[in-house]
Amino acid sequence: MSVLDLYSYLLIGLGVLFFCTGTLGLLRFPDALSRLHALAKADNLALGLVVLGLLPQASWPLGAMKLLAVWLFALLASTTVGQLVGEAIRRGDPFR
Amino acid sequence: MTPTLFADLGLLIILLGLALLITAARPAFIAVAAYMAYGLVMALAWVRLAAVDVALTEAAIGSGLTGLLLLGAVAWSQRHTQFQARRLGLRPGIPRRAGAGRGLTLLVALACGGVSAGLAWVVLTLPEPAPSQVPLVQAALPITGLGNPVTGVLLVFRAIDTLLESVVLVFALVGVWSLASDPAWGGRPRSLHVVQHSGALVLLGQLLPPVGILMGLYLFWVGADAPGGAFQGGTMLAAMWLLVLSAGLAEVPAVASRRLRLLITGGPLLFLAVGFSGWAFAAGFLGYPPAWSKPLILAIEAALTLSIAAALAMLVAGPPERPTAADPQPDPQPERNQQRGHR
Repeated sequence: MSVLDLYSYLLIGLGVLFFCTGTLGLLRFPDALSRLHALAKADNLALGLVVLGLLPQASWPLGAMKLLAVWLFALLASTTVGQLVGEAIRRGDPFR
Repeated sequence: MTPTLFADLGLLIILLGLALLITAARPAFIAVAAYMAYGLVMALAWVRLAAVDVALTEAAIGSGLTGLLLLGAVAWSQRHTQFQARRLGLRPGIPRRAGAGRGLTLLVALACGGVSAGLAWVVLTLPEPAPSQVPLVQAALPITGLGNPVTGVLLVFRAIDTLLESVVLVFALVGVWSLASDPAWGGRPRSLHVVQHSGALVLLGQLLPPVGILMGLYLFWVGADAPGGAFQGGTMLAAMWLLVLSAGLAEVPAVASRRLRLLITGGPLLFLAVGFSGWAFAAGFLGYPPAWSKPLILAIEAALTLSIAAALAMLVAGPPERPTAADPQPDPQPERNQQRGHR
């Protein structure tokens, strides 16, 4: 196993750990805003770690750039959706 | 057990679990959310089966757009039942479910079970190797000038199916529009700009469309040689339009708009025109002259992409509900108006 493979295993494993943490928060936190927090923060970090871990395995430069683009768009989408759901909760819409 | 088999088994279990949730969930909102997740996992399953074209369509139309339409239907039916309850003087809130009777439920279950059993029987009794048209398609593909066999089947060998699909979309939209009340006819659908003053949504509505439109056009263009095509690209464009509309950056066009109608019917009309000209210039209906096949296919795909995008977005927008002041209405009683003017 090369150093790069080890690096990939390490980062992807860390990413999976963060995904599990985020899911645990989603299932266990008491109210909608905290659950949203767990989902938006931990999962985006987890996806980023998985992408960083996959970078040395991807073709350079196009495959790597596509992976980074996936992360950026997921960040953009989840940030916006997080804001929208948060605003809906503050307005008192049924998102419980 | 190999790792890939393990992953496939996981996909199958998630799919079956989500399918159960869709049928068992009581609140329609939960069922629709599960349906959208099911579509995404199904897309992964299609990728595992090396059917990337189907996976793209499943993710874009099956999960995304159909899910959006169903969510709209759930919201509409909740508004409607609350309105009815208020009108009848009942307690506000969602009334007790007046669902199907036990007999009908049993009948639906039997019919679904029968279809599943029939499909399972057909798949399990297929001869080894299964009958396939793949060699025929592979042999005939070079004359079309295309590199993607799926696009070859959709636009050359079975072009009639794709033509009918694109026409069905227009008819579906006509069906939705015909739900309009008489005063609203020709007007604009209900505004999609429901969340006012949301800076985040406006920012996304400004940031994402340039990239999304490029991606949609790319999906259409690459469809000739790789997975992609008019339906996938069109759905992407429709999503970008809907995003701009719901961010309040643009207004839904009136259904009487001639430009909108031309956009929606343009693809199927061009497809039909090329199809009929096949009688004169090629082997028959929907035949292409060999030297012109690739440019013609690309032109049809381009027009179809725009038509599909417009039709899908307007399907989500729903029937017209607001008469527009901008479009001059034909005056039914010009004489009385004149008299009023003199007075």
